[in-house]
Amino acid sequence: MAYGEKVLDHYENPRNVGKFDQNEDNIGTGMVGAPACGDVMRLQIKVNDEGVIEDAVFKTYGCGSAIASSSLLTEWVKGKTLDEAKAIKNTELAEELALPPVKIHCSVLAEDAINAAVEDYRKKNA
Amino acid sequence: MNDKTDKPIYLDYSATTPIDERVVAEMLKYMGPDATFGNPASRSHAYGWQAEAAVEQARQHIADLVGADPREIIFTSGATESDNLAIKGVAHFNKKRGQHIITCKTEHKAVLDSCRQLEREGYEVTYLDPEQNGLVDLEKLKAAMRDDTTLVSIMHVNNEIGVIQDIEAIGNACRERKIVFHVDAAQSAGKVPIDLASLPVDLMSFSAHKIYGPKGMGALYVQRKPRVRLEAQMHGGGHERGMRSGTLATHQIVGMGEAFRIANEEMATENERLITLRNQLWDGLKDMEEVYINGDFEQRVAGNLNISFNYVEGESLLMALKDLAISSGSACTSASLEPSYVLRALGRNDELAHSSIRFSMGRYTTSKDIETTIKHVRTAVEKLRELSPLWDMYKDGIDLDSIEWAAH
Ligand SMILES: Cc1ncc(COP(=O)(O)O)c(C=O)c1O
Repeated sequence: MAYGEKVLDHYENPRNVGKFDQNEDNIGTGMVGAPACGDVMRLQIKVNDEGVIEDAVFKTYGCGSAIASSSLLTEWVKGKTLDEAKAIKNTELAEELALPPVKIHCSVLAEDAINAAVEDYRKKNA
Repeated sequence: MNDKTDKPIYLDYSATTPIDERVVAEMLKYMGPDATFGNPASRSHAYGWQAEAAVEQARQHIADLVGADPREIIFTSGATESDNLAIKGVAHFNKKRGQHIITCKTEHKAVLDSCRQLEREGYEVTYLDPEQNGLVDLEKLKAAMRDDTTLVSIMHVNNEIGVIQDIEAIGNACRERKIVFHVDAAQSAGKVPIDLASLPVDLMSFSAHKIYGPKGMGALYVQRKPRVRLEAQMHGGGHERGMRSGTLATHQIVGMGEAFRIANEEMATENERLITLRNQLWDGLKDMEEVYINGDFEQRVAGNLNISFNYVEGESLLMALKDLAISSGSACTSASLEPSYVLRALGRNDELAHSSIRFSMGRYTTSKDIETTIKHVRTAVEKLRELSPLWDMYKDGIDLDSIEWAAH
């Protein structure tokens, strides 16, 4: 499979790889996908008192497009409010990375991941 | 990268091989206006006679490698066609006697899809599960045999995991029940000794391009004593004893013959060299955590090593290893997102199936290639594990099976 330039860039230099302590109150964790399906994404956000995402990290098991989708997403969510982050659509990620049709599911997974992370944060801080 | 060619290091010899220079030289004698270009079926002039002599010489070389009589070798366009001809041909010919066939889940698609077609025609097919090491259990095979079973088709060497089936034992079980036994030997001819004069095998498929011959060329061994009957799948001028019509492709046939001749001469030394390379590769990787060999290690063809790197997804690994020409699963299935059906059939969990890489070495692989490969693989696996949440969890001692994953 031939990959687009942006996918390659994120794959070779993934941004914001890491892990936060998921028990901390200001951290939201979203883990989506399944090993059996060939991709698992863990996206974590650190939220400040104003409800703004001040940092985000990820780890992804999956193909290059899945890694790139989650890497790009961590860049995008930083500085956004929770609602703004939730409003990011998979189609925007897919477009930015020029994902081929067979890889659209990777961007869907990334959208699921940020939604799950926001949910997790809100549940903890409800 | 290969230093000399600046191309990726080729470790996909199970997918195909380059044509050996010596084979190319033979083939060129049959191409061009000054070459021996006649139709081997032309009986009325020297052009035809010379071409026919070349074809018969090639048939002899092929027969010699596998201990057959040249009259038992039928030329086809490849192992795919040979599998189709053997399976459908025998099933159709014996339709009145019975309509049950036995094969294994890890067979090549050429076998599985021929069986699927027969199912659509009303036949019944039993797809055996292999054992965890990839080998067929003889007792399970025997238990699947019925009075209306007309054919058993089991491959000799598996294209993904390289395991060698005990075709002698399977053949003997078939003989006892008077069931025709077909073996797909596309991956074993020239790599594992085969003596059809003594083996209880009725039909055997061969391919030229897996052993340094041309693509689009193969053969089917059809035993003469006792004679195995099958229905032709390609009708026309009645070539190849009526079993496969079509003008014989002289240059291709000569290429296959030369490739088989060379294999016969060099197989023993080549295998020793390949085993050394395979051991070098495995020795360079086996101390890594969570790596698993797929398929039996002992009962395995010399040039194949299929490894799962747990917690790393295969496609991303291929992407990281762009300086190596390797495959994740088989070349036929790597375009789809499904994990390898062969590894699944072994009972490997889906993660391990998703994280498998097949390394297949051959005539032009060097020890230096393997050294470079080991370096690349270790770096790539480490990098991807750093990125893998599953690796994190494994390191934290979390049992991945205890988690309720949302399948998507
Ligand atoms: C076991 C096996 N059978 C059949 C085939 C098909 O052979 P061919 O490419 O000659 O049609 C292959 C090669 O892909 C193979 O590995």
